[in-house]
Order: sequence, then C-alpha cells, then structure tokens
Amino acid sequence: MSSLSEIPLAHILFVSTALFFIGMYGLFTRKNLVTLLMAIELMLNSVNINFIAFNKYLYPGKLDGVFFSLFIITIAAAEAAVAIAIIINLYRSHQSIDVDDATEMKY
Amino acid sequence: MSDYAYIVLIPLLPLASFVLLGLFGRKYFTKSAGIIGTMALLASTIIALMAAHQYFFVDGKVAGAYHQVIAFKYTWLAFSPGVSIDMGIVIDPISVMMLVVVSFVSLMVHMFSLGYMKGEERFATYYAYLGLFTFSMLGLVLSVNIFQVYLFWELVGVSSFLLIGYYYEKPTAVAASKKAFIVTRFADLGFLIGILILGFYSGTLDISTLIHKLTSVQSPEYIAITTAGFLGASALTWALVLVFIGGAGKSAMFPLHIWLPDAMEGPTPVSALIHAATMVVAGVYLVARLFPVFSMDDTALHVVTYVGAFSALLAAVIACTQTDIKRVLAFSTMSQIGYMMFALGVSKQVGEQGLGYMASMFHLFTHAFFKSLLFLCAGAVIHLVHSNEIKDMGGLRKLMPVTHIAFLVACLAIAGVPPFAGFFSKEEILLAAFNENKLIYAVALFTAALTAFYMFRLYFSIFWSKESAHHDTHHEGTVSMKIPLIILAACTIGVGFIPFAKLVTADGAALETHIDILFSLAPVGLTLIAILIAARLYKQQNGGPQKIADSLGGFYRVVSRKFYMDELYLFITKKIIFPLIGKPIAWIDRNIVDGCMNALASITVKISGGIKGMQSGKVQGYALYFFGGVTLLAILFIYVWK
Repeated sequence: MSSLSEIPLAHILFVSTALFFIGMYGLFTRKNLVTLLMAIELMLNSVNINFIAFNKYLYPGKLDGVFFSLFIITIAAAEAAVAIAIIINLYRSHQSIDVDDATEMKY
Repeated sequence: MSDYAYIVLIPLLPLASFVLLGLFGRKYFTKSAGIIGTMALLASTIIALMAAHQYFFVDGKVAGAYHQVIAFKYTWLAFSPGVSIDMGIVIDPISVMMLVVVSFVSLMVHMFSLGYMKGEERFATYYAYLGLFTFSMLGLVLSVNIFQVYLFWELVGVSSFLLIGYYYEKPTAVAASKKAFIVTRFADLGFLIGILILGFYSGTLDISTLIHKLTSVQSPEYIAITTAGFLGASALTWALVLVFIGGAGKSAMFPLHIWLPDAMEGPTPVSALIHAATMVVAGVYLVARLFPVFSMDDTALHVVTYVGAFSALLAAVIACTQTDIKRVLAFSTMSQIGYMMFALGVSKQVGEQGLGYMASMFHLFTHAFFKSLLFLCAGAVIHLVHSNEIKDMGGLRKLMPVTHIAFLVACLAIAGVPPFAGFFSKEEILLAAFNENKLIYAVALFTAALTAFYMFRLYFSIFWSKESAHHDTHHEGTVSMKIPLIILAACTIGVGFIPFAKLVTADGAALETHIDILFSLAPVGLTLIAILIAARLYKQQNGGPQKIADSLGGFYRVVSRKFYMDELYLFITKKIIFPLIGKPIAWIDRNIVDGCMNALASITVKISGGIKGMQSGKVQGYALYFFGGVTLLAILFIYVWK
C-alpha cells in the first residue's frame, strides 16, 4: 500500500495514456477483426486504470471509481461476446475476418 | 310534404347498368347487354313518371304554387361553414320535367339501339356508355349544389366524348370526339370561374341558398357582388356571363357551336339522345336553374337573348345548305336551342312576365320528343341506305312507311304546324319575344319559316324526289326500332296539349295558356308558305335548287361551308395560338423551367459524387472520423468555449 503511494499520479496517467494510444494505433492499423477487438479492450482498460488511479489519489475514502471500473469490465465482457458473435457471422458469410473485405455498405 | 327519397333510384339504376355492363359486359353479356340496359332504364322511367305524377298532381303544390323540395342531401366536402359541396336531389317543376324527358328519351334510344346496334362488336360497351350518360344527365338535373352540377356536367361531357368516339377506328370520329371535348371543356372553364365568383360573393355553393341571397336587393351579398366590378361590368354580370359561356358550350351556342355538327360521327341513336334531346339542353337547364339570379341582371339576360337569337338564325341558314342528313338535324337542334335561350333571355321572374321562362321549358320539353324522333328516323333511314348523304336517298316512302309517317309528324311539329307539339311551344316563345323585343320577334319569325323550309327540304328529299334506288328486299328494321318511333310520334302529337303553363313556371304559380288565332296567323302562314316552297323545289327532281344555289353564287358557298367558322378556328389555333403563344410557352417550359430543374439535379449529383467517397464502407475509416470528431470537440470545449 505504501509502496504504491510513492509512485506519483502522473506516472500512472502516462501508462494509461500510452495504453490508450497503443490501442488506438492497433484499431487503425490492424485488419484482423479479432486484433481490432483486442485493441478496443486495451483502450477500455486504460480508462479503467484512470478511474482506479483518480479514485485512489484524489478521493481515497470513496469507491465511485472502483464501481465504474467494475461496470466497464462487465460491459467489456458483454461487448466481447457480441463482437465475437459478429465476427463469426462475418466469417460465415465472407469466409474472412479481414475488416477490409466487408465493405458492402459503401456509398 | 311527402317523401321523395325513392327518386335516388332513378339515376342509380342506369349507374348500376353501367357498372355491370362496363365491368362484365364484354365477357358475360355480349348478347343480353341491350336487354339489361333497357330494363334498367324502363324501371327508371316508370319511377320518374310516378314521381312526376306525385309532384304535379298529388302534393307538389303549396298555396297554389309549386314549391321546391330537397328530397335528399348529403354534405360531401365541407370547406368552411356554409361553403360545401353537397350531393343531393332537388325536386321542383323543371327538375321533375327533365327527369321525365331524360329517362323517357333514353329509354326510347335504348330500345331503338337494340335493333340499330345489333351485331356490333362492342355492343355491351355501347350500352355501358349509354348507362353512364343517363346517370350523369339525371344527376345533373337533380343537383342541389352548383358544384354538383359542375361534377355531373363534366361526367356528361366525358360520356358524350366516349359515345362520339364510339367508332374509334374512324379517324373522323376520333377527331370529332376530341373537338367536342376540347370545345366544351374550354367553355367549362368559364363555367368554373363563374361558379367561383358566385360562391365567393354569396359565401355558399348551395343553389337555393345562393338564389335566396343574391335575389334580395338589401342583402349584403347582393350589394357586395353588384358593387364589385371589373372592366365596367359588375361581378354579378361577369359571373352570370361566365356561367352562360359554360352553358353555351354544352348547348352549342354561337360561337362555341362548332363541335355539334361534327359530333354526328357518333352512332345515330346517340345523337338522338345526347346531341338532340338531353345533353345539349343542359345549358338551357343551367340558365333556367339559376334564372332567379339571371333575372336580377339585365346585361346577362341581354347576352343570353342575343346569343340565342343569333345562333337560332345562323344555324337555320346553314341548315338549308347542308347535304348530310344528320348535320341538317344538328344545325336544326342548335337553332331550336337558340329559341329556348332567347326565350329565357326575354323572360322575367314573376307572374305574367315569366312567360318566356315557361315557353322555353315547354319548348325544351316538346323539342326533346320531336328531335329525338327525327334523329331516330334518320337512324332508320341510314340503317337502310348506309349513307348520310341526302343524294343517296329519295323515294323511300314506300319502303319505310312507319319511318315516313313518323318523320312527317316530327317535321310538322318542328315547323310549328298546329296541332303538333312544336306549334304550342313555339307560339309561346314568339309571344314572349313579341311582348319584350320586336327585333328578336322578327328574327324568330324568320327563323321559324327557315326551319319549316329546311325540314321539309329534308323530308321531300328523303321520302319523295326520285324513285328509290333500293330494292324491296331491304326492310325497315326490327320491331324494336319501330316501336320507339311510333311511341315518340304519338308523344309528338300529344304533348302539346299538356297544360304546361299550369305546371312549369318561373315562380311556380300557374299561368294562362295563350293561344290566340290572330297572333298565330303570321308564323303558321309563313311556315305553310315555306313548306310549299320546299315541296315545289324538292318533291320532284328538277334543277330548281341547283339554279337557286348558282344564282346565289358566293353566298351559297360561304353558307354551305358554315361561314368558314371551322376554318377560322383552325386559323386562330394553328396560325396564331400555336406559333405565337404555344411555341414560346413550350420553349420556356423546356429550356427555362426544365433547365432550372435539370441544373438543380446535376449540381446535386456533382456534389454528392464528390463527397460520396467518405462513405467508404471501411469501419476503420468511420472510426477515424469518430475520433477526429471527438478530438475536435474536446479542443473546442477545452480551449475555445472555456
């Protein structure tokens, strides 16, 4: 507990920011839908880190941030289930999970 | 007051016949269509006669005068309080009279057509059209609302168009039906504007309310419509003249008469029904229906009078030179309707001065019988000789004795020889004209003599003249063709004795009948002289008519070409309206109006072509826009709108 409080808040925010942009980079550069899903998970987790860190450093007596991050984890789990279902369906119809192969809705 | 709601059956039976024959006729009723249509009309006619009996002799009179009964009224479209389009049935002397005339003549024509149209390929369609026409005409005469009149007025126009163009393989028939439709439609524009002006100032479209409001001099509506003016005439005058233009179009008054002679391209029984007895008198009926309003405005009445008198004279002159039997009859119809019109024009609303109104309606009534008889006889003749030209006929009196007698009766009636029907009604008209306007009386007298001349020219040319070129193997036609002729001939002799002046008058109160021997001397004498001249010229073939025609030279040619009215209209439309108005408007439409629309469309296409690339269908692209948008908003909220 004490060791954690020695790390300044800014460092943790650096980590979460880095994590967020790594996720964003993955989201824009990767073509595999499963990888895209993973990238989104990274971005969600960076937000979770922010919530926990702010809760711990700014409002140590409260639990709001913790609840929020729990909420986000639940959402992320549901989202992963839906996304994987979509991916499976896409694979069945297109024989591919490459995001560039599903462009029927253009124009 | 008793119940007249059953009258609704009179128009609905022909409508039912139209729907039945129109939908299923060609498949199931190819043979029985005629019987079905005739039976429906027979039922209608019987109900109409019952209604007439009930109205005129049982309970129509209240305090010595016939009053108006609204048997049925249903508000169809209400625009605002007071202004609505109603569908209903009005019962008063003229509508009951017209009911009898229309259903009776229609029945005769249905019956005659059984023989005349036998073996036609579109026999059922023909009867369906006849049913539609009869329904529309009956609906027209029963209208309570001026817009209802207009609706049925157009329906009548459509059925007339369909029936004139019945032989649609013939280019002349197609042209004639289009001409009739366009000319009457053009006139109906005037009618519509007239209706709108009347409706605007009186705040109602209901005929009896409208008449009530516009005939009391103190009412605010009357003051408004007479004070408002345009080009030196009051709004009332304009409205009535415009309504009269509509009526003149349907009734073939000069200068909108040009469609009537061409309308003879239709089957002859149709001419008897539509272009002799019923539809063409719709204009007269319309003026009579609105007569209380017309009588408030002298200018409009003068227009009616002079147009009527001029048309009567013009048509009679042209009729003397025509060689097509049906065209002679068509011009004679126009001439007789001219009589009815100017009789209305010289009339007043109340009492003894309302003689012209009564005379006009009386003439309408008698004319329906003898003119449909003339047309049906002409139909029988054409059926035998297969030609409309007088020169192909002659000497037919032995071949067709029934037609011969019937035609003679009708000719005597239209010429006004006592005691046939036309004599009584024409006498009343001449008397009304004599009392009001001596010039009109002179024109009418001269026209009466001309009428006698051209009718007997026709009679002698068809039934006497040379020996018949046709053999005895030709027969006169079926029994179903002879019966209507006999019935109508009997009516033509009999209806003159109906005490019409007691029944149908402008204000509902009875008038005295005026048959004055001294007054009758002039018209009857002139008529007899004209008949003798016709007999002298046409009973035997001699060069007489040709010599007279030659000596008249150019005048004869002008008259026989109907005063070049058709050519004049063609010149105006083809040389003036089409190139000077039509073409520039077409150019503006094609280049400017369409151009604006096309430019708008092509700009839209270009812009959307430019931006559609954004809709790439790639999820990552969309995500990029999304994050870009979020970033932009974040920057805005953080740095700009602090």
